[in-house]
Amino acid sequence: MRYIRPLSIEDAVGELAKAVGPAAILAGGSDLLVRMKGGFIEPELIVDIKAISGLADITQTADGFRIGAAVPCAVLGENKAVRKAWPGVVEAANLIGSKQVQGRCTITGNLCNASPAADSVPALVAAAAKAVVAGPSGKRTIAVESVPTGPGRTSLAKGEIIEAILLDKRPEHAGDAYLRFIPRTEMDIAVVSAGVNLTLDDKGAIKTARVALGAAAPTVLLVEEAGQVLVGSRLDEATLERLAKICSGACRPIDDKRGTIEFRRKVAGVLAQRAAAIAYKRAGGK
Amino acid sequence: MAGVAVSTTINGDAVEYLCQPDETLLEVLRDRLGLTGAKEGCGTGDCGACSVIVDGRLVCSCLVLGAEAEGRKVETIEGMAHGDQLHPLQQKFLEHAALQCGICTPGFLIAAKDLLEKNPSPTEEEIRFGLAGNLCRCTGYDKIVRAVQDAAEVMKGA
Repeated sequence: MRYIRPLSIEDAVGELAKAVGPAAILAGGSDLLVRMKGGFIEPELIVDIKAISGLADITQTADGFRIGAAVPCAVLGENKAVRKAWPGVVEAANLIGSKQVQGRCTITGNLCNASPAADSVPALVAAAAKAVVAGPSGKRTIAVESVPTGPGRTSLAKGEIIEAILLDKRPEHAGDAYLRFIPRTEMDIAVVSAGVNLTLDDKGAIKTARVALGAAAPTVLLVEEAGQVLVGSRLDEATLERLAKICSGACRPIDDKRGTIEFRRKVAGVLAQRAAAIAYKRAGGK
Repeated sequence: MAGVAVSTTINGDAVEYLCQPDETLLEVLRDRLGLTGAKEGCGTGDCGACSVIVDGRLVCSCLVLGAEAEGRKVETIEGMAHGDQLHPLQQKFLEHAALQCGICTPGFLIAAKDLLEKNPSPTEEEIRFGLAGNLCRCTGYDKIVRAVQDAAEVMKGA
């Protein structure tokens, strides 16, 4: 096995593209090292991306935020500007693991690990976040929901690296929220989860809405119909009922030790309602 | 197989070592450098017994490669006391009997030190959440929480 720490994204892409055996990208390592230890992956090449210029930085641009692929979730949580603009994304990112894991784990890694239960991903999908992908044929920017294609699988081609996650600048009257159900109070994996992102018009009615569910299907789900039902409303009882019904119906969950299909369907609807209420309040709705 | 040459700083001292690319920082500390304070509990980042601080961040050394320590500053339990002078957290863990078998203790002390450096006056709830990444199968946690609260008082007065 070889460990390298390239200084440029081009070098990292080049090394990954010409790698003969299995290769892995290392940022925080909180998934990679566990999988190596468990024998699930035996990389011949590990590309540590933390020394690549810009990848460890959060930058504020005219369009919003650029969160480098090597930014630990703890650092993201300490960034006041991101926290103010995207509290739902930050609270989701800060739910991953313990303080020890927070010091290492990244939202890009959470996305690329492609777990259906990844905490930050429903919040990122609801936020309409984008991923900047660097590869052998140049760079492209894609919607985060197009990255995971199934448990542990992504749409990234050989040699491709996500170098940053982009979050839009927030208009006035905007809010987002993320909630998960776990049987404990800390250090657990979502049984089911929901992320909601809203913008309101000047009168407090919902102008745009995106709803995403986690641990409810093989990939995190963007439930477009759930967003549509919220538009124009002020989250009255009847709208919330329809939201829950749509979310429960959109789930394609599995039965496992964490929860049954029936439970996940029911709770997905409840969490979507509660996350919508929090996002609405954060957006200034009453 | 050629090793990776690493230059790093551990508890303020410049250290150089050769390690294998898949060797964890925990293995390097324990097996190459003789720093056996950090313990291997689970080896998968769940128990916190291997906690160390790297560049001011609390991490599980079992989830860090030895090669990644290049150019970093690593703090381990061995650097916590100054000679015979115990750190207030160590003193309070003794006074409150906040340990039994002791395997988790170095990790708890490092995590508690990091917690109090970032939040000198934590509530009980903040202590319990802050130390949720450290497992103890003996004490039931209560004595650990009391020891951290008491140490926080002492450190504020210092």
